[in-house]
Amino acid sequence: MTEHSKKAPVSNGLPGLAAFHPGVSAQLREYYQSVEEEGIPDRFLQLLERLDMAERQAGEDNRIKDTAR
Amino acid sequence: MTVGDQSTDHSFKRDLLAALPNLRAFAVSLTGRHHVADDLVQDTIMKAWAKQDHFEPGTNMKAWLFTILRNEFYSQMRKRGREVSDTDGIFTSQLSTHPQQYGSLDLQDFKRALDQLPSDQREAIILVGASGFAYEEAAEICGCAVGTIKSRINRARNKLQEILGVSGEGDYGPDSHSSAVIKKAFAV
Repeated sequence: MTEHSKKAPVSNGLPGLAAFHPGVSAQLREYYQSVEEEGIPDRFLQLLERLDMAERQAGEDNRIKDTAR
Repeated sequence: MTVGDQSTDHSFKRDLLAALPNLRAFAVSLTGRHHVADDLVQDTIMKAWAKQDHFEPGTNMKAWLFTILRNEFYSQMRKRGREVSDTDGIFTSQLSTHPQQYGSLDLQDFKRALDQLPSDQREAIILVGASGFAYEEAAEICGCAVGTIKSRINRARNKLQEILGVSGEGDYGPDSHSSAVIKKAFAV
């Protein structure tokens, strides 16, 4: 075995080593993804529903006003 | 309201919903606290909804939402001022209350390290490293030059490596323990 081939496995990375030493970029993505995977909390779905309803209601009211005119 | 308007509203709501998990992950990693992040996301949704006429369909909804959330974050930080320096304490107590929210001990360490970065460096590395924005988009969201984003990311990465005790090159390389394993493995 030459000096060169001794060093090669280090730069190529051994299987499993990355799990012990994840780089900061990988850790950042893992952390971020763990939050993304929590899904959308109900409060936001309900909020959007209310905003949507309020807007539709306002639209209806305007239409009624327009017709009455 | 015309039929055309209605279909625009639908796609606005749909696009907003589609961007929400990513936007929320940005808020959580930016603030380090779930409840603060969710309040921020709620404010962002309401602002975005109120300003939806200003949004040009076909342009980047995600970047637009991130910009609103970021502006909201800084304006709230300015209002609260004094709380900023206390982040570490609040953050630590948060962690002990909800350790199950983060998969591994490593992630908790990482979260704590991320929280120690100045917010300009933190947002830069999150936007490009996790949210999926190009340097140019991140620069636009943060209202600074592309070069500034790049140098903030470099500083953020160095600082994180320093805090977490991983060296740049050695991220995936062996430490003294695994070096011994490697020597053993190749001692044939």
